[in-house]
Amino acid sequence: MLYIKCPWCGYRDDAEFHYGGEAHIKRPFDADSLSDEEFSEYLFQKSNTKGLTLERWVHTSGCRRWFNVLRNTVTNEIIEVYPSNQLPSSQAGKEYYKNNWRRKSAAESLTTRQVEK
Amino acid sequence: MTMQRFRLKDLGQVDRSKPLRFKFDGKFYEGYRGDTLASALLANGVHLVGRSFKYHRPRGLLSAGAEEPNALIQVGEGNSTDPNTRATQMILRDGLTVKSQNRWPNLTFDLGYVNNLIHRLLPAGFYYKTFMWPASWWMRYEYWIRRAAGLGEAPKGADPDRYEKNHAHCDVLIVGSGPAGLSAALAAGQTGARVILTEEQDSFGGSLTYNTDCTIDGLPAFEWVKRTVAALSSMPEVILLKATVTNGYYDHNYLTLLESTDNDNQTGSEYKTRQRLWKVRAKRVVLATGQIERPLIFRDNDRPGIMLSAAMRAYLNRYGVSPGNRVLLFTNNDDAYRTAISLKKNNVPIAAIVDLRSNPDGELVDQVRSEGITIYPGHAIVSTAGYLRIKSAKIMQLSEDGTKLIGSMKEIRCDSIGMSGGWNPTVHLFSQSGGKLRWDEELAQFLPKTVTQNLVSIGGCDGTQGLSNCLKAGLKAGAESARATNNKGRAPRLPKVIEPKYNDQRTIWLIPTERANGKISNHFVDFQNDVTASDIGLAAREGYRSVEHLKRYTTMGMGTDQGKTSNVAALAILGETLGTTAPNIGHTTFRPPYTPATIGAYAGRNLGLLFDPVRTTVMNECHKGLGAKFEHVGQWMRAWYYPKPNETMQQAVNREVKAARDSVGILDASTLGKIDIKGPDAAEFLNRVYTNAWLKLAPGRARYGLMLKEDGMVMDDGVTTHLQPGHFHMTTTTGGAASVLEWLEEWHQTEWPDLKVYFTSVTEQWAVASICGPNCRKLLSDLAPDLDLSNEEFPFMSVKEGNVAGITARIFRISFTGELSFEINVPRRYGPKLWDALMQKGKKYDICPYGTEAMHVLRAEKGFIVVGQETDGTVTPYDLGMDWIVSKTKHDFVGKRALKRSDIIKNDRKQLVGLLTENETEVIPEGSQVVETPTSAPPMVMIGHVTSSYYSPNCNRSIAMALVKGGKEKIGQTLHVPLRNKTIKVTVTDTQFFDKEGVRLDG
Repeated sequence: MLYIKCPWCGYRDDAEFHYGGEAHIKRPFDADSLSDEEFSEYLFQKSNTKGLTLERWVHTSGCRRWFNVLRNTVTNEIIEVYPSNQLPSSQAGKEYYKNNWRRKSAAESLTTRQVEK
Repeated sequence: MTMQRFRLKDLGQVDRSKPLRFKFDGKFYEGYRGDTLASALLANGVHLVGRSFKYHRPRGLLSAGAEEPNALIQVGEGNSTDPNTRATQMILRDGLTVKSQNRWPNLTFDLGYVNNLIHRLLPAGFYYKTFMWPASWWMRYEYWIRRAAGLGEAPKGADPDRYEKNHAHCDVLIVGSGPAGLSAALAAGQTGARVILTEEQDSFGGSLTYNTDCTIDGLPAFEWVKRTVAALSSMPEVILLKATVTNGYYDHNYLTLLESTDNDNQTGSEYKTRQRLWKVRAKRVVLATGQIERPLIFRDNDRPGIMLSAAMRAYLNRYGVSPGNRVLLFTNNDDAYRTAISLKKNNVPIAAIVDLRSNPDGELVDQVRSEGITIYPGHAIVSTAGYLRIKSAKIMQLSEDGTKLIGSMKEIRCDSIGMSGGWNPTVHLFSQSGGKLRWDEELAQFLPKTVTQNLVSIGGCDGTQGLSNCLKAGLKAGAESARATNNKGRAPRLPKVIEPKYNDQRTIWLIPTERANGKISNHFVDFQNDVTASDIGLAAREGYRSVEHLKRYTTMGMGTDQGKTSNVAALAILGETLGTTAPNIGHTTFRPPYTPATIGAYAGRNLGLLFDPVRTTVMNECHKGLGAKFEHVGQWMRAWYYPKPNETMQQAVNREVKAARDSVGILDASTLGKIDIKGPDAAEFLNRVYTNAWLKLAPGRARYGLMLKEDGMVMDDGVTTHLQPGHFHMTTTTGGAASVLEWLEEWHQTEWPDLKVYFTSVTEQWAVASICGPNCRKLLSDLAPDLDLSNEEFPFMSVKEGNVAGITARIFRISFTGELSFEINVPRRYGPKLWDALMQKGKKYDICPYGTEAMHVLRAEKGFIVVGQETDGTVTPYDLGMDWIVSKTKHDFVGKRALKRSDIIKNDRKQLVGLLTENETEVIPEGSQVVETPTSAPPMVMIGHVTSSYYSPNCNRSIAMALVKGGKEKIGQTLHVPLRNKTIKVTVTDTQFFDKEGVRLDG
């Protein structure tokens, strides 16, 4: 059973949390302009990493806040915990974020372009 | 009762002032407090304790600990009986009743032994190869195979015993109380650190309970143990747990410990707890789990009387029990010499020592020689004789390279054999923690390599040899672990140790055979599952070269002992067969639990009513008073129907459904999920999570909404009301309340944190009575004379606040029945008052309380869906024919883009339709499959399934809804519902069965 440090409440057993899947999936802003294939990438394709992964958790039986975790899926070591809507600050987290295939996906490129506009 | 003939005078740690009586296989015996069942049996000369799994060979005690493969005992009687308990870990208590397993009619005469006589016909994989054909006969084969094999019997009824759970946190958890663990506990405990020390045996000390030839600071080793334990007991932050198996090592230093508590003087107490499961979160873990001795693998090495050398020494020195009257020792290292010296000291006759090493030497060997004990160096036991107890062994000389036997055979008479094939570090917990192992060629052992959690392995389980080294490692690890968890202090000084010195061992995994053809048989590797060296050879020849395949093919290591004494030898033999070495073979994964655990301990007290909380509404007593039957809806207990005397369920439901449309019905709707939504951006938020438009909903008005997942599938529905500007009251399905709240919070926090909106669950804060039917307006106005309830003033889909029966209430004019209907919400504590007032005033309209069953019929008559019944996570609003609720103009809502996917807009998706049976009284079972062309037998092409089906008294016929492929196009067509005994003919219709015009909504 994992021991997770909620950014607001401190260490708690994982029974208090719910898992929220991969973190940093940008929701396409104007999804209608995406093809079915491109939209499916956003909707269905999930990174299933052996090793470091960025993921979302929510402290359901506590403060009910969502946050992000950098975890090693092989050893379950938790390297970093940080609030939702922020980027990782550890070197490993930054690298994982930068190198994730999703940064180049059509859905994310579209959203990034539109937010910049 | 027999005397304890093999109990030696004044030896061991058992309490001789406390004799205990126990029954084994119907016969009474005596033992002492401090005995295990195993030591007490041996004290009475009982070596034969069980029959083997496959060949039913007589088996005796092999070990004195957790690794025991043979002595599996059925403990207790009735429903508290516990099968497959290791006699070596069963703490003796007065009045204990145990019996042996896997034998019939009894232990000394077992008909199953026929399997041994034909064992050549039953090699590994026998069942796989033999019972292949015909496939349909497998059920018959399996019945007989399962009857023939197997160990103990599971109890038939519920476990009457009580189990507890305990959660604990500590700085340092130390597993094992041998010299390494004890000294680690001492060093850590002295700093004031919170320490838990666990020991699987009933007494602390590990090997020091029986290695009486050592001294620590001038004290006999066991005296040092007693002093150390006394010192630890006086430390307030140290918890000492004996008879406690640390059986699981999970993520982030979470460990489970299973403590046996029924060994105390609790028998008969009503508060007696049998076992306690500890769930411990440790900052740091010190594994001091020691080593397990290896058997030697020679022909017929499994006869009763043959045991491990150190186990023999444990029975002798710890329990004061002699193993027999003439002991032969067989070894590849110095350990058996230590046993020989202990035996000699206590006048137990020794036949000889057979040593695989050609030139054994060193202080232990010299000492044995000087005692005049015969040593056969460079010799091996090649076979043994004796059926229910070993009688003799034949020995021969080994060739120099150890692969052949030479010279003449010599027979040695004996009644017990102590064997030692070296030691395996107990790395199970380390491996469970995620650590990787390495093979040490010099020690011929698997040792910890890569550490993935905050732990340290010390002592025997880390390959450390010798008492002094173990004490040193313990003191160091204890002090370091304390410091690592923010405690301050230094390690105590290393005590002066006198201990015998060991020389190198000679590893020969498989003792060769003297037979000219080189064939080996009955060289048992896995005693519990009757796997022999020749089975391993056969598996290798048949291509099972991976250790995982070997394990499954031969069942090697798959017994309740998980191969604690056998796995490493099996790997080595497989390696030799394949011409490679153990590290290249790898090892199977160690998994929790370390030793078998009682399911009851994991359930603890979470049984019956305590298994899961039951939620009842505040009006629960009102329903009971009306004679309601209840059903589970999620965690809720809801009133299902209210039968009158002598009424069947169908009759009651028919009556309720009629009454709700004829005059007035009342339903307890308190369980509906209710979420209070506030904030300037509340409307914008709803607009994004619901499929329809919400920005223009005026205060005081309500709207039905449908929520989709991002994949476009229906997730929940409900009516949300705009109470005041920036304040909404959302309702959800009863089962969806918690997940919808979580869903809203997720979108708000992770996707739209800029929106100012707040969510509060108010499900429990409101009690709700829903009244419906043509007379419900009159009833409400009787109780709320100040309110104008006319259609003009209080139209459908609106809310009013006012006094109902003197209670401030929120009244919603919404309807789940298609009738004129009011949902009256009052603060929770007024629920019963509201219910009683409505029932009282409703008498003149023959008010009829209706339950969830009638509610379902009423909504089905109108074709209203129930999320989770008509939907299953693969159904879109279009599939439900609810296109009207999906906004075409909104820029975005959750699920919008997905609804345009090619797969979603296909015409042949399963769509919701109505089904009418040809025979009007026939009700189709829900879940039935729908087909276009029925055939006399499956398979048939299934094009849909029935989601809802009831008898409707208002339509005077049965009605059903179904999801059918391309259903909208099929309206008017005839389809079929094949059942086991008949096929029902149905006509496809729309889903409105009653009041298609909707005129009843306004009363």
